[in-house]
Amino acid sequence: MLLVDPAKKISFNRYISDGDLVIVYERHDNMKAVKVCKDSVLQNRFGVFKHSDWIGRPFGSKVFSNKGGFVYLLAPTPELWTLVLSHRTQILYLADISFVIMYLEIVPGCLVLESGTGSGSLTTSLARAVAPTGHVYTFDFHEQRAVSAREDFERTGLKSLVTVGVRDIQGEGFPDDFCGKADSVFLDLPQPWLAVPSVGKMLKQDGILCSFSPCIEQVQRCCETLRANFTDIRTFEVLLRTYEVREGKMESCQADESGSTGSLPCKRRQRSSEGSNAKEVSGSPTIMARPSAEARGHTGYLTFARLRCLS
Amino acid sequence: MSQNKNLEEDANQNPRVTWEGCSVLLDVNDGDRLVFARLTPASSLAIGNKKYALQPLIGCPFGSLFQVENGKEGPYLSLVLPTTTEVSGDNVQEKVYCQIKDESKDNRALVDNNTAQSLTGEDIDSMRRQGATGDEIVQALIANSATFEKKTSFSQEKYRLKKQKKYAPKVLLRRPFTRSICETYFKKYPARSGYLRVGTLSLLLSMGNVSPHSDVLVVDMVGGILTGAVAERLGGTGFVCNTYLGVTPYPIDIVRMFNFSSETCRRIVRCSLTDLCSSHNGTSVQICQPEEVCNFESQSKEEKSPLCSISMDETVLSSEKGMLDLVPETSISPATKACKSTKAGEKASQETINLWKENGFSSLIIATPDVDAWSIVKELLPFLSFSAPFAIYHQYIQPLATCMHNLQLGKMAVGLQISEPWLREYQVLPSRTHPLMQMSAFGGYILSGTKICIDGQR
Repeated sequence: MLLVDPAKKISFNRYISDGDLVIVYERHDNMKAVKVCKDSVLQNRFGVFKHSDWIGRPFGSKVFSNKGGFVYLLAPTPELWTLVLSHRTQILYLADISFVIMYLEIVPGCLVLESGTGSGSLTTSLARAVAPTGHVYTFDFHEQRAVSAREDFERTGLKSLVTVGVRDIQGEGFPDDFCGKADSVFLDLPQPWLAVPSVGKMLKQDGILCSFSPCIEQVQRCCETLRANFTDIRTFEVLLRTYEVREGKMESCQADESGSTGSLPCKRRQRSSEGSNAKEVSGSPTIMARPSAEARGHTGYLTFARLRCLS
Repeated sequence: MSQNKNLEEDANQNPRVTWEGCSVLLDVNDGDRLVFARLTPASSLAIGNKKYALQPLIGCPFGSLFQVENGKEGPYLSLVLPTTTEVSGDNVQEKVYCQIKDESKDNRALVDNNTAQSLTGEDIDSMRRQGATGDEIVQALIANSATFEKKTSFSQEKYRLKKQKKYAPKVLLRRPFTRSICETYFKKYPARSGYLRVGTLSLLLSMGNVSPHSDVLVVDMVGGILTGAVAERLGGTGFVCNTYLGVTPYPIDIVRMFNFSSETCRRIVRCSLTDLCSSHNGTSVQICQPEEVCNFESQSKEEKSPLCSISMDETVLSSEKGMLDLVPETSISPATKACKSTKAGEKASQETINLWKENGFSSLIIATPDVDAWSIVKELLPFLSFSAPFAIYHQYIQPLATCMHNLQLGKMAVGLQISEPWLREYQVLPSRTHPLMQMSAFGGYILSGTKICIDGQR
């Protein structure tokens, strides 16, 4: 994903080649990841697209199908990847991911432990944050999911930054090899309090733990366990509200000078009826924004804590 | 060989122990007061009406806690080592037992008439002179309080904490990282960092795909917190190009708070829009006049003098009731003098500018809370590579709506979205879990998108 190899970074001089991963953008809510293969085609409702037409063109190009329909080919980023990856589990989205990385104070060179891997949505962003010299060790107790995650990191070019292990962190804790070496630890487990003692051994002093839990009862139990060895315990909820933008004409309504019933000037279009004194005046097109009607109500609670300094 | 160099670089970027000359964030009494300071043998911190030398803090791990103690030569800061009883599991059992007892207690009999405490101010002063520790004074106050036993255990804890803050203040040594710096400014001097909340800043970094080896174009009118945050994520690779309209670079003083290595500092550069536009292959480019398109608020009036480079000298900011202040240095130690060789915010070399012209920037992040978004975006978008993401932070939605609309009309970008982050903190305690009483209502708006390739144009 253009992270490890500086030669592959997003640039005017970076062209699509055979074997590259591209994000095919149809609409903001309709995208998929495709591996470019010179003999392949992509078929969708816009028609048939030949991959060979793509090779040699810059990322960000508009490409056409045999029927004249078009899509855009974007370079993969962790944000786009989160929107196109296959969900084997419920995933974390942009709002939580960006907050977690900031609050865990992850910088290049860090060693980060994660459990469970799930579908690798957060893991991809963790890899970007620790690159080029750090590493992410992620664990999942489900063998098949670990295999799928490894395949994904291979596809997105993150193999050198991420190691996937199969392990039951709740039952066994993290491997002893990491004792005192982790800068940050992330937990997304059904019973995170069972893993807290192990995390206490893994973290460097003043290292930070984050636990993500959908239910408040889990948060309460986890915080109780944290109070023994951790400090600066804080719990948050993060959400994103999106807005729609529209260019529209707003009709304004002006009351007749000859004394109306004193109604307030309004911007709604009034149907002229027999008894009405109102005049209709057309407004010029204006750009208006309002919040989207649908929103995600809850993802999970994020609890952060720092390991106490004991020396 | 390069492996060792990497480890050294990493140790530089993520040091866990303080050193002479490093920048620290001091948290006095659990967030009551936050102070940025530089640890030199001569620096000191004022608490109440006394000054405490910061020398004992040098060489200690970040996260260490210090407490005011009374010594032979006067009061000083002493490292607190947590005792084993604090970390044992017995404590938890005790607390549960207390809670059961508490259910029968309430405050119906407590009268607030200032007669509960029998120790006088003079008694306390004489205890101090005899060398009593802060904790001993607090114990004495509790023992001499008539109403202490009648309080619930939560109330007793609150009382103990209040007395401790006054008679045995604690200082927590914190690392200055993007998170702590941004939170501190947002809490104490939000106007200086453009009201940029931590969550919003983190979104800008993610939406802007800030990753190592990237060349990030930044318009930072938020005091430098954005520049610092980007540089932190780049970790000594790539470049942060701080661009500005007109002739005066925007001040980025906050960058000084980070403990950046010289390599990272070297990669924080500035380049005016004029310089970026000029030598642009013969085409005459309109140079944007600040008066025509921008709407500077009073914030910019303070910073009329050109800030060509950022020196490592500390200056005392006018502190408002001792809230956020920089500790003045009475002497500059040799260590800090050496750092002056690589200052953050130097002018970009022509060679680097040419590289950017050729490859384009890998992302664009704009944080200009009071300036019109579209007027800046339309000047800078040509310098952004194809398929590169951009993120624009603003305090008002209308300029972003207009900008988004224009980008759509011009078919310059896809995935356009205006988002508003929402953040709520919780208090999680047994039987007392609820959102905090105070909440930040607003974190700004962000317009994000990805630039697309228009045939024949940049």
